[in-house]
Amino acid sequence: MFLNQFLLLAAVLFCIGVYGVISRRNGVMVLMSIELILNSVNINLVAFSAMTGAVSGQVFALFVIAVAAAEVGVGLAIVLAIFRNYRSVDLDDVDLMKG
Amino acid sequence: MGGLLLAAAANADAGVYVAQNVAFGIIAALMVFSAFRVVTTDNVVHAAFYLVMVLAGAAAQFILLGAEFIAITQVLVYIGAIVVLFLFGIMLTKAPMSGEEKLSRDNWALGALTSVVLLALLGYVLVDGFGKDKLPADLLPTPTAAISDAIFGGYLIPFEVISLLLLAALIGAIVIARRD
Repeated sequence: MFLNQFLLLAAVLFCIGVYGVISRRNGVMVLMSIELILNSVNINLVAFSAMTGAVSGQVFALFVIAVAAAEVGVGLAIVLAIFRNYRSVDLDDVDLMKG
Repeated sequence: MGGLLLAAAANADAGVYVAQNVAFGIIAALMVFSAFRVVTTDNVVHAAFYLVMVLAGAAAQFILLGAEFIAITQVLVYIGAIVVLFLFGIMLTKAPMSGEEKLSRDNWALGALTSVVLLALLGYVLVDGFGKDKLPADLLPTPTAAISDAIFGGYLIPFEVISLLLLAALIGAIVIARRD
């Protein structure tokens, strides 16, 4: 197996996630796209770990999973607070600090 | 894109790793399709379940790479906890279930252009930098003991920092989301 097939798969998933973050209006959908991005990073880390035989890549993949869990918890709490104040999760409505 | 990955998998290492490459191609095509549906579907609940497909596919790729512990953790944490959290978020925010409200912006074409340019750039750099590199032929599963030795040995302080981060995120989520 080539290393590149995993790296290219991760790159495709990363770009799809970036598209989701840019084009989605719903706050929950933006968080889902961020999960796609973090997951593609994990594929990269594990692929490099398998390539070099070092275990550090897998340790950092575990750390990324933990950070992703924390990020989703806080992110959904923020979306919930936005929903409570605006009665909507449309991110275009949240323009209080717009200049 | 899935076809391109399939072709790349079919050409790689003919004869030795046929089964792994076929498995990689099928799973990769499924993952790319599901990820595309996550960012394009008009139904929030469908998006959550397509996200499950992507995450399960990533777990399968980790097993192909010999990282069993990461694959198990991926299933436990991502599919078991994070997706359930997403479903609760969808439920509590009363997001549109049947697609009567638009989920995407009108200027999505600009986002598509951005990500296609990014993909072209990343693809060029990856093919240029790692085009010849192959994974080792004797790719054995990583023993979980080696991972735990690394976490509780050289990476002990980052591990403690991650624990503190999880605690802070827990308390922060409660403080932000509670009614007062």
